[in-house]
Amino acid sequence: MPMNASQIEKLIKDALPDATVTIRDLAGDGDHYAAEVVAEAFRGKSRVQQHQMVYEALKGNMGGALHALALQTNAPE
Amino acid sequence: MTAINEWIDGQVKANDVVLFMKGTPAFPQCGFSGQVVQILDYLGVTYSGVNVLESDDLRQGIKDFSNWPTIPQLYVKGEFVGGADIIREMFQAGELQAHMTEKGVANAAVD
Repeated sequence: MPMNASQIEKLIKDALPDATVTIRDLAGDGDHYAAEVVAEAFRGKSRVQQHQMVYEALKGNMGGALHALALQTNAPE
Repeated sequence: MTAINEWIDGQVKANDVVLFMKGTPAFPQCGFSGQVVQILDYLGVTYSGVNVLESDDLRQGIKDFSNWPTIPQLYVKGEFVGGADIIREMFQAGELQAHMTEKGVANAAVD
Protein backbone atom coordinates (compact mmCIF):
# COMPACT_ATOMS: atom_id res chain seq x y z
CA MET A 1 0.00 0.00 0.00
CA PRO A 2 1.76 3.20 -1.16
CA MET A 3 1.85 6.23 1.10
CA ASN A 4 0.76 9.69 0.02
CA ALA A 5 2.91 12.79 0.40
CA SER A 6 0.93 14.27 3.28
CA GLN A 7 1.32 11.06 5.34
CA ILE A 8 5.08 11.19 4.82
CA GLU A 9 5.21 14.86 5.76
CA LYS A 10 3.13 14.27 8.89
CA LEU A 11 5.35 11.45 10.14
CA ILE A 12 8.47 13.58 9.66
CA LYS A 13 6.90 16.61 11.36
CA ASP A 14 5.65 14.53 14.28
CA ALA A 15 9.24 13.57 15.03
CA LEU A 16 10.93 16.83 13.97
CA PRO A 17 8.38 19.58 14.71
CA ASP A 18 10.56 22.47 13.52
CA ALA A 19 11.32 20.82 10.18
CA THR A 20 10.57 22.36 6.81
CA VAL A 21 9.53 19.45 4.58
CA THR A 22 9.22 19.63 0.80
CA ILE A 23 7.98 16.50 -0.92
CA ARG A 24 7.79 15.82 -4.64
CA ASP A 25 6.05 12.85 -6.21
CA LEU A 26 8.68 11.96 -8.81
CA ALA A 27 6.78 9.56 -11.02
CA GLY A 28 3.18 10.53 -10.18
CA ASP A 29 2.60 6.96 -9.00
CA GLY A 30 2.46 7.59 -5.25
CA ASP A 31 5.49 5.36 -4.79
CA HIS A 32 8.57 7.37 -5.78
CA TYR A 33 9.16 10.51 -3.77
CA ALA A 34 11.89 13.02 -3.16
CA ALA A 35 11.94 14.81 0.17
CA GLU A 36 13.98 17.76 1.27
CA VAL A 37 14.03 18.18 5.02
CA VAL A 38 15.54 21.20 6.73
CA ALA A 39 15.67 21.09 10.52
CA GLU A 40 17.66 22.69 13.29
CA ALA A 41 17.97 19.23 14.87
CA PHE A 42 20.34 18.23 12.04
CA ARG A 43 22.99 20.78 12.96
CA GLY A 44 26.31 19.16 13.82
CA LYS A 45 25.11 15.71 12.69
CA SER A 46 26.63 13.68 9.85
CA ARG A 47 24.56 12.99 6.74
CA VAL A 48 24.16 9.38 7.84
CA GLN A 49 22.84 10.50 11.24
CA GLN A 50 20.49 13.05 9.62
CA HIS A 51 19.00 10.46 7.29
CA GLN A 52 18.70 7.98 10.16
CA MET A 53 16.62 10.56 12.07
CA VAL A 54 14.24 10.85 9.12
CA TYR A 55 14.06 7.07 8.66
CA GLU A 56 13.28 6.73 12.36
CA ALA A 57 10.47 9.29 11.97
CA LEU A 58 9.03 7.15 9.16
CA LYS A 59 8.75 4.28 11.65
CA GLY A 60 9.73 1.32 9.56
CA ASN A 61 7.76 2.40 6.48
CA MET A 62 11.00 3.08 4.64
CA GLY A 63 12.05 0.03 2.69
CA GLY A 64 8.54 -1.32 3.19
CA ALA A 65 5.44 0.68 2.21
CA LEU A 66 7.76 3.38 0.97
CA HIS A 67 10.06 1.97 -1.69
CA ALA A 68 11.70 5.09 -3.00
CA LEU A 69 12.28 8.27 -1.06
CA ALA A 70 15.24 10.26 -2.29
CA LEU A 71 16.34 12.21 0.75
CA GLN A 72 18.17 15.47 1.09
CA THR A 73 18.70 16.84 4.58
CA ASN A 74 20.19 20.08 5.84
CA ALA A 75 20.31 22.32 8.88
CA PRO A 76 18.89 25.81 8.24
CA GLU A 77 21.36 28.30 6.73
CA MET B 1 26.36 -11.25 17.56
CA THR B 2 24.29 -13.38 15.19
CA ALA B 3 25.97 -15.46 12.49
CA ILE B 4 24.92 -13.09 9.71
CA ASN B 5 26.12 -10.10 11.70
CA GLU B 6 29.50 -11.75 12.12
CA TRP B 7 29.67 -12.56 8.43
CA ILE B 8 28.91 -8.94 7.44
CA ASP B 9 31.42 -7.66 9.97
CA GLY B 10 34.03 -9.97 8.42
CA GLN B 11 33.27 -8.72 4.91
CA VAL B 12 33.56 -5.02 5.71
CA LYS B 13 36.82 -5.62 7.60
CA ALA B 14 38.39 -7.90 4.98
CA ASN B 15 37.70 -5.56 2.04
CA ASP B 16 38.59 -1.86 1.81
CA VAL B 17 35.43 -1.01 -0.11
CA VAL B 18 32.27 -3.12 0.04
CA LEU B 19 28.96 -2.40 -1.68
CA PHE B 20 25.92 -4.30 -0.45
CA MET B 21 23.54 -4.12 -3.40
CA LYS B 22 20.67 -5.69 -5.28
CA GLY B 23 22.24 -7.69 -8.10
CA THR B 24 25.92 -7.67 -9.01
CA PRO B 25 28.24 -4.90 -10.24
CA ALA B 26 27.99 -6.40 -13.75
CA PHE B 27 24.22 -6.72 -13.53
CA PRO B 28 22.56 -4.44 -10.97
CA GLN B 29 18.91 -5.27 -10.34
CA CYS B 30 17.80 -1.95 -8.92
CA GLY B 31 18.32 1.59 -10.19
CA PHE B 32 19.73 2.85 -6.89
CA SER B 33 22.30 0.06 -6.70
CA GLY B 34 23.16 0.71 -10.36
CA GLN B 35 23.84 4.39 -9.67
CA VAL B 36 26.37 3.62 -6.95
CA VAL B 37 28.07 1.01 -9.18
CA GLN B 38 28.43 3.67 -11.90
CA ILE B 39 29.95 6.14 -9.46
CA LEU B 40 32.45 3.61 -8.09
CA ASP B 41 33.39 2.49 -11.60
CA TYR B 42 33.80 6.10 -12.69
CA LEU B 43 36.13 6.70 -9.75
CA GLY B 44 38.12 3.61 -10.64
CA VAL B 45 37.75 2.20 -7.14
CA THR B 46 38.29 -1.52 -6.57
CA TYR B 47 35.39 -2.86 -4.54
CA SER B 48 33.66 -6.01 -3.51
CA GLY B 49 29.97 -6.26 -4.45
CA VAL B 50 27.68 -8.35 -2.25
CA ASN B 51 24.30 -9.31 -3.71
CA VAL B 52 21.72 -9.18 -0.92
CA LEU B 53 19.11 -10.84 -3.14
CA GLU B 54 20.96 -14.12 -2.66
CA SER B 55 19.81 -14.48 0.93
CA ASP B 56 16.86 -13.17 2.95
CA ASP B 57 19.03 -13.38 6.07
CA LEU B 58 21.58 -11.11 4.48
CA ARG B 59 18.97 -8.75 3.05
CA GLN B 60 17.52 -8.16 6.54
CA GLY B 61 20.87 -8.58 8.32
CA ILE B 62 22.56 -5.69 6.53
CA LYS B 63 19.70 -3.36 7.52
CA ASP B 64 20.08 -4.35 11.17
CA PHE B 65 23.88 -4.12 10.99
CA SER B 66 23.88 -0.43 10.06
CA ASN B 67 20.45 0.58 11.39
CA TRP B 68 19.76 1.69 7.81
CA PRO B 69 16.53 0.60 6.09
CA THR B 70 17.54 0.63 2.44
CA ILE B 71 19.94 -0.93 -0.04
CA PRO B 72 22.52 -0.15 -1.49
CA GLN B 73 24.93 0.47 1.38
CA LEU B 74 28.55 1.45 0.90
CA TYR B 75 31.28 0.65 3.42
CA VAL B 76 34.83 2.02 3.29
CA LYS B 77 37.46 0.58 5.64
CA GLY B 78 34.79 -1.03 7.79
CA GLU B 79 32.74 2.14 8.16
CA PHE B 80 29.25 2.76 6.75
CA VAL B 81 29.43 5.79 4.44
CA GLY B 82 25.88 5.99 3.11
CA GLY B 83 23.12 4.84 0.83
CA ALA B 84 22.40 5.94 -2.75
CA ASP B 85 21.35 9.53 -1.94
CA ILE B 86 24.34 10.27 0.26
CA ILE B 87 26.83 8.65 -2.13
CA ARG B 88 25.44 10.66 -5.06
CA GLU B 89 25.51 13.89 -3.04
CA MET B 90 29.08 13.24 -1.88
CA PHE B 91 30.21 12.33 -5.40
CA GLN B 92 28.72 15.50 -6.90
CA ALA B 93 30.40 17.62 -4.24
CA GLY B 94 33.75 15.86 -4.74
CA GLU B 95 33.56 14.57 -1.16
CA LEU B 96 33.48 10.89 -2.05
CA GLN B 97 36.78 11.11 -3.90
CA ALA B 98 38.25 13.02 -0.93
CA HIS B 99 36.89 10.41 1.49
CA MET B 100 38.49 7.54 -0.49
CA THR B 101 41.81 9.36 -0.68
CA GLU B 102 41.71 10.19 3.03
CA LYS B 103 41.07 6.51 3.84
CA GLY B 104 43.93 5.41 1.60
CA VAL B 105 41.75 3.86 -1.10
CA ALA B 106 43.15 4.21 -4.62
CA ASN B 107 40.87 6.14 -6.97
CA ALA B 108 41.04 8.20 -10.16
CA ALA B 109 41.51 11.42 -8.19
CA VAL B 110 44.79 10.10 -6.77
CA ASP B 111 46.32 8.90 -10.05
